Amino acid sequence: MTENLSTAKGASESPASAQTMGRFRPPRVPLFKRVRESALFWPLAALALILVFDAFYAPSFFRIEIQDGHLYGNLIDVVNNAAPLMLVAIGMTLVIATGGIDLSVGAVIAISAAMGAVLINPALGNQLITNDILTRDATNTPLPLIVLADLAAGTLCGLWNGFLVSRGRIQPMVATLILMVAGRGIAQLITNGQIMTIYYTPYFWFGNGFILGLPVAIYIVVGVLILAWFVVRKTSIGLFIESVGLNAKSSYYTGINEKNVKLFAYTFCGFCGAIAGLILSSNLHSSDANNIGLNYELDAILAVVMGGTLMSGGRFSLVASAIGALVIWTFTITVYTVGVPANALLAAKAVLVLAVILLYSDYTRRLLNRFERTDRKTAPSTDVEQRV
Amino acid sequence: MAAVPNLVTMKGITKAFPGVVALEDVDFALRRGEIHALMGENGAGKSTLIKVLTGVEHPDSGSIELEGKPIQVRSPLHSQELGISTVYQEVNLCTNISVAENIMLGREPYRFGSIDWKTMNRSAKTALKRLDIEIDVSRPLAEYSLAIQQMVAIARSLEISGAKILILDEPTSSLDANETALLFDVMRKLKGEGLGIVFITHFLEQVYRIADRITVLRNGKLVGTYDVASLPRLELVAKMLGRSVTELDAMSQVKTQAEQTQAVKPVVQANALGLHGALEPLDLELHRGEVLGLAGLLGSGRTETANLLFGVDAPDSGTLVVKDEAVKKFSPNESLKRGIALCPEDRKAEGVVGELTIRENIILALQARYGWFKFLDKQKQYTIAQEYIQLLGIVAPSPDQLVKNLSGGNQQKVILARWLATNPDVLILDEPTRGIDVGAKAEIQKLVLQLAAQNKSIVFISSELEEVLRISQRIVVLRDHKKAAEFTGTVDDQTVMHAMAGTV
Amino acid sequence: MAQEMSQPRANFNPALANVMQWLRANVVRNGPLLTTILIFAVAYVVGGQLYPAMQKPQVFFNLFINNGSLLLVSIGMTFVILMGGIDLSVGGMIALTTTASAALLKMGVSPFVVIPLMLVMGVVFGFTQGSVIHFLKVQPFIATLMGLFFARGVAYIISLSSITITDSFYKTLALTSLPIPFIANTYIYIPTLVAPIMLLVAVYLAFFTRFGRTLYAIGNNEQSALLMGLPVARTKILSYTFSGFCSALAGIVFSISLLAGYGQFATGMELDAIASVVMGGTLLTGGAGNVVGTLFGVLIYGTIVSILQFNGTLSSWWTRIGVGVLTLIFIGIQSLFYFRKKHG
Repeated sequence: MTENLSTAKGASESPASAQTMGRFRPPRVPLFKRVRESALFWPLAALALILVFDAFYAPSFFRIEIQDGHLYGNLIDVVNNAAPLMLVAIGMTLVIATGGIDLSVGAVIAISAAMGAVLINPALGNQLITNDILTRDATNTPLPLIVLADLAAGTLCGLWNGFLVSRGRIQPMVATLILMVAGRGIAQLITNGQIMTIYYTPYFWFGNGFILGLPVAIYIVVGVLILAWFVVRKTSIGLFIESVGLNAKSSYYTGINEKNVKLFAYTFCGFCGAIAGLILSSNLHSSDANNIGLNYELDAILAVVMGGTLMSGGRFSLVASAIGALVIWTFTITVYTVGVPANALLAAKAVLVLAVILLYSDYTRRLLNRFERTDRKTAPSTDVEQRV
Repeated sequence: MAAVPNLVTMKGITKAFPGVVALEDVDFALRRGEIHALMGENGAGKSTLIKVLTGVEHPDSGSIELEGKPIQVRSPLHSQELGISTVYQEVNLCTNISVAENIMLGREPYRFGSIDWKTMNRSAKTALKRLDIEIDVSRPLAEYSLAIQQMVAIARSLEISGAKILILDEPTSSLDANETALLFDVMRKLKGEGLGIVFITHFLEQVYRIADRITVLRNGKLVGTYDVASLPRLELVAKMLGRSVTELDAMSQVKTQAEQTQAVKPVVQANALGLHGALEPLDLELHRGEVLGLAGLLGSGRTETANLLFGVDAPDSGTLVVKDEAVKKFSPNESLKRGIALCPEDRKAEGVVGELTIRENIILALQARYGWFKFLDKQKQYTIAQEYIQLLGIVAPSPDQLVKNLSGGNQQKVILARWLATNPDVLILDEPTRGIDVGAKAEIQKLVLQLAAQNKSIVFISSELEEVLRISQRIVVLRDHKKAAEFTGTVDDQTVMHAMAGTV
Repeated sequence: MAQEMSQPRANFNPALANVMQWLRANVVRNGPLLTTILIFAVAYVVGGQLYPAMQKPQVFFNLFINNGSLLLVSIGMTFVILMGGIDLSVGGMIALTTTASAALLKMGVSPFVVIPLMLVMGVVFGFTQGSVIHFLKVQPFIATLMGLFFARGVAYIISLSSITITDSFYKTLALTSLPIPFIANTYIYIPTLVAPIMLLVAVYLAFFTRFGRTLYAIGNNEQSALLMGLPVARTKILSYTFSGFCSALAGIVFSISLLAGYGQFATGMELDAIASVVMGGTLLTGGAGNVVGTLFGVLIYGTIVSILQFNGTLSSWWTRIGVGVLTLIFIGIQSLFYFRKKHG
């Protein structure tokens, strides 16, 4: 191994190497094109569109108040509410980038939340539970241990999915469907079928706390985003994920261990779901295995698609997916603010899905390409097609 | 002879794809009641010609006449309506439904508003009987062998579209001897009924067993159409490869190293390495600094050999020893760590990742070897990519260019660069020069010799005999998934061609 | 019965050797279906042994009474899955149908107008989904998800709370019990009959029409089906239309048995339906399976629920876990049966 490293190094010091070229600089691309091709363009455009709408129809949307040194307002609500979805979307991005899908994230959220609620509950085991014990502001387990157990439970679920997909060679949709069906049952098993209300105040910090006036959940999202970005862009995993998603066969022929790449993606997705479960249960002060994180898998997929990652896999952007999640919640809160009944929101969401589908359809893409082509004619210097 | 009217006459067919002229002014005629073999190596234009005839592709120029009337084939379905049916090696039927349905669906009989299964099975049986096949037609197609599935496909085309012209595209490549004989019986029977059959195969022996005439294509151009009786086998091979048999050995052979050090242990040693259905047990040795040519016609087992050596497929017999170590785990990942590299035959599907940039494609194998955590940073990536772009003369505006936008030759160089970056000891090149222009071809050949001079071992696979002869020190000839011959040192092309054709 | 339907055969040879061969061939070929029936039988018998109350014949008929809607949507789902698609909108469609029909009945519209109107709505809904999937090339998963959101959303727009149905025709349908002939103390209700009748229609469609056979062909290999000249586009859209119709029918049955309409009805029923289809031996990737198996898939689901109810101490979440485990087992069995066939 060391020999090879040294030879590779040696090779790079051959005549045609760095010294003669100096530091390589990527060629300049026109600003408009760079913006248009950026993964962030579409989700940001959608976000801007909704905000512009708000500016006209619901100016109160932008009001931010300071109470007890904390910031309050719709914008803060959006970010705070969107935090769990952003986390799930980050995990889902990696899974979809490998060409897979994870339908079980909602169930994973429920399992993780159930885990936390049960460990807090002082009435573990066969003790007689009195209302007095149940509603105490106390915990049976140290908080760090609770968090750890939460994360471990979700990560384990992800590992299970990854194992079925990579080792069991089961189609991702089918493999994760199993946990989607069984997961909420497992969560109920953990909580013994009860809707657990949480009274232990330190636990609320994750979903309701503030640091420097901003919700804690925001810091968690940013933290996970940085962690994920680091894992994906500062190791070779991101490149491998994209390569496997784009052309699994070529990747195999190149010696990439695609099984481990997939295993990692699903495990990480489970990990993200676990954090989302922690924040959600903390925010809601309860864990209802049937309803917590309901439809999150669908919202997360929507967020990822909005973020420009193709369902067939390949290039991905974590930040774009996170903004996609933000768009979904901005849309949601806007719909509330405008006065649409909360429950009719679903129909509005369907319209959003339709819009996204049309926006990303082949037809739109072809239309854009045509636009691009006329653009290229006027600027032949950026012509990409060159042949020997 | 001339009295027999043509079923199909194709005249002056030209078809160009971006960067390649796949067919150039090709004529082709199929008579009633003949079996017409269409021959040529990879890239000769066989499949494009068939695609034009079946409406998958539309010719840029040229005309097609069906029974004297000019036609334009709009789509595959339209060609079926015209009576032109194709049966592929991979049968285009649905294996989960019954044989009878596969034959009759689309024209199934109804009684009282529901499918009349009894009549349908009876009709299907009759249709198969026409081909002398008697099987239980109510069973799912998947339960029958590939040979029977092909018969069913033929029966369907006769039954549903009343085919007059049958195109059999490599139908025998997955059949054993008995099944092939069965298919040939059917072909003769249909020929007797006046059908015209186009037969595409890479088995020379079968052509001589069954075909009446042969049309040879090479590099998208028509070489000629011949009666089988008047074209000896060796001459056919010569025409397919584009060599003239009479002007023998006019070419001098350039070799960097004529000397061989047999005493040294080989880098790669395969003993009776084989995989059922892909390659019969094969002995192979590869020495340091040697270029080993693998010659053989398409489908002779060249790619299968490469895949076994690189661990894409795991062998089920024999042993493989690399650098004095017996290989136990077979996978590209393991081979990569062992210092073996493979530039695969199918550049697009198995080689490049088209949507990634040149830079990413070049560092991909090196990075796979380093693993997850020893990550090459962007600057290092650019340095490596830039180095190989210069070294191999890859023409691209920048290392950030997507590989799918490059020409075939440049894509091939990117794959070569990917593997050279891992500094391998053994380099297996499967058709590295296919479909790329002359200039790039010569560059790659030169590069191979340079690499050998740097003490690397190279397995060079090519359909072009000339380049195999020019750069290999040793040549192993494969035929019908077996080693047919091995030549060391200078050898003339006729000898090798004899070995390839099986007429030694 | 099931075997006869799945493999209509013209030439049965009575010689013993042939019988054996026939049996072997058919047992292997119908492996998943037979396994489903076996699991149902075992589950039912074990339930009867554990809880003698379950031995009453009425418990068996209750399976049909309680799972009529599930069976209906599962039948539609089977067709879509056989064709290689998926329909997540079924639960939403039930909610919409119950709410819309309850609202209309409350306005005094005649049930003889409401019921056909609901069925037309289901057909239009399914047709639209199929068209979006086929023409806009949207993944079935995403398109029907949109359908789910849309249907439930419209249900909430119609009414945020549950609407009770007081229509006398609906009440008569809901409360008239039909005694089962020859078996004492057993009965079903009129709407209970809808699902079994639909099953017969589905069997006819699947095995005796070009539509059904083309479904199988597309599920196996869409490209081949296209090259064989089969009507792929029409069949694909029709299968979603059929599923939409089944869901609307299920919604009507649902509203009759509960005498109410509510946007929260049938939450998660798409999952139960998919699980039932898979437990019924249908390959989730399409091309193999049997609508008769789906019946037994639903019966297994119903039996698990019954056992838990009779137990009383075991909690309902075991249903979900049990269904999940069975789904896993069936996916395992499927890969055993189908993949061996492919490679063997």
